[in-house]
Amino acid sequence: MRNAQFILFALVAAAVTFIAARLIDNAYVFFAGYVVLQYIVLATAWNILGGYTGYVNFGTAAFFALGAYTTVVLHKAMPLWPLPAMMLAGGVISGLIGLGMGYLTLRLRGTFFSIATLAMAVVAQTLITNWNFVGGTRGAYIIRPMDSTIFTGDYIQYLFLIMLLLSVTSVAVARAIEHSPLGYGFSAIRDDELAAEASGVPTLRLKLIATVLSGGLMGMAGAPLPYYVTYLDPASGFSLSYAVNTIAMPLIGGTATWLGPVIGAILLGTLQQVATVTISSALSLLLVGLLLVGFVIAAPKGIVGWFKQ
Amino acid sequence: MSDALLMVSGLGKRFGGFAALSDVELHVEEGERLGLIGPNGSGKSTLVNCLCGTLRNDVGEMVFGGVALNGLSAHRRTRLGMARSFQLPRPFPTLTLAENVRVPILYAADVKAGVVIDPRRRCEELLDMVGLLAKADRRPADLTQVEMRKLELARAMASKPRLLIADEAMAGLSHQEVDDILTLLMTLNGQGVTIIMIEHIMRAVLAFSQRLVVLVAGRKIADGNPQDVVRQPDVVAAYLGS
Repeated sequence: MRNAQFILFALVAAAVTFIAARLIDNAYVFFAGYVVLQYIVLATAWNILGGYTGYVNFGTAAFFALGAYTTVVLHKAMPLWPLPAMMLAGGVISGLIGLGMGYLTLRLRGTFFSIATLAMAVVAQTLITNWNFVGGTRGAYIIRPMDSTIFTGDYIQYLFLIMLLLSVTSVAVARAIEHSPLGYGFSAIRDDELAAEASGVPTLRLKLIATVLSGGLMGMAGAPLPYYVTYLDPASGFSLSYAVNTIAMPLIGGTATWLGPVIGAILLGTLQQVATVTISSALSLLLVGLLLVGFVIAAPKGIVGWFKQ
Repeated sequence: MSDALLMVSGLGKRFGGFAALSDVELHVEEGERLGLIGPNGSGKSTLVNCLCGTLRNDVGEMVFGGVALNGLSAHRRTRLGMARSFQLPRPFPTLTLAENVRVPILYAADVKAGVVIDPRRRCEELLDMVGLLAKADRRPADLTQVEMRKLELARAMASKPRLLIADEAMAGLSHQEVDDILTLLMTLNGQGVTIIMIEHIMRAVLAFSQRLVVLVAGRKIADGNPQDVVRQPDVVAAYLGS
């Protein structure tokens, strides 16, 4: 399928999703759906660096929260900006952080790179915690705008729709990369960096492209968060569960293709939402752990890899 | 000699207190078949790594096709037309054979030629050349040792090099398989590719090389006609002891 066809198909699927959610006519569907969609974006973004290029990033929460805090800053400084503009800003900030982090850490391989990303998340959280303008440890209260410019109805529907479009965008980007020269370059780096260089692949430049894309998309996913939760503090924005979920979803779905993170995010995200309502919210992380252990043993290549066998 | 394809002068590389290469002089003419031999640990692979940019040399100059190589990254050197095969094959394990060959076509050959070529056809040509076309959709794990070496050569050739450095492409292969690789290298040379062969199998080196260079303990001790070089007393001493 060509890229244009795929985007059209994805937009139709998104439209169907949105209409279905409207038909159910229950605000909670939008609340829960937003989280699942947010994880589709995060898992897809993580997979560009982690799955395609082979660099495991434990710092998802940092990119995500920096996007969210960009919105907090803009909400105070430029309250008239529309949300999509804030999301772009959040994407740019997190993309730039990705570029900086890439320059500093991409010479590290394997576990050392992962530890460096985790350290980066801790540093970012400390900085935000000590920044009074965005609320510091107290956190920041965000009042949602009265109208969402498109809907006269619920603001949550607007947030849902925006996240839906962002997930279509990120999946389309990931899929386009897969069979492009960029995708072959990423795979070569993942498999053998030395051989990739010897084959003419500019490894450092490609890895930087991957961190910027991955970080930027995570930042965009985080940007609407303050309007979703209406209260944001560093401990919840930088929560380790974002990092854990975002790694678990591609691993469960399969890291080799764009479809894996999408399946993983829908499956795990929905399961967590259902468990939160029916059992308890604390159980959702336990679920992730159990599923991850199960998949590592039974289907190390994820659901997509399982079906390809 | 000023228009040699590759000129190396005063090349030196140290690992801590150990001098892996010292004051190596080397020139390779366009279209030449050069054999490079030396006992284990004599610096052959270090020389290849310095040439290809995997390691940085401490001192000395290298000029390839009129371009000074010092400070250029490995992928830039590949794009200039210098390709290598690895001593232990290093295929991309998750990619099919066709995709393995496609990477350098996309990143090295395309960039150099500046024209759009048909990557799929070029993949097939290269795999056909080494006799692996039937396995184009398989992964490297399915290959035998000799097929792996052939894939390594096909991938090196995919970047359309002017100079191919074959680092022990035949080590551990059977008599017949050595002949296969030898024929392949001769064919490539016939097409105008300059080749440096690093090898321990003397039968292959002597059959292949027009000129033989011997490294011992990081120094070049002989350079000349292969038959003369192997009779040189210090070369014999390096291999057999004096």
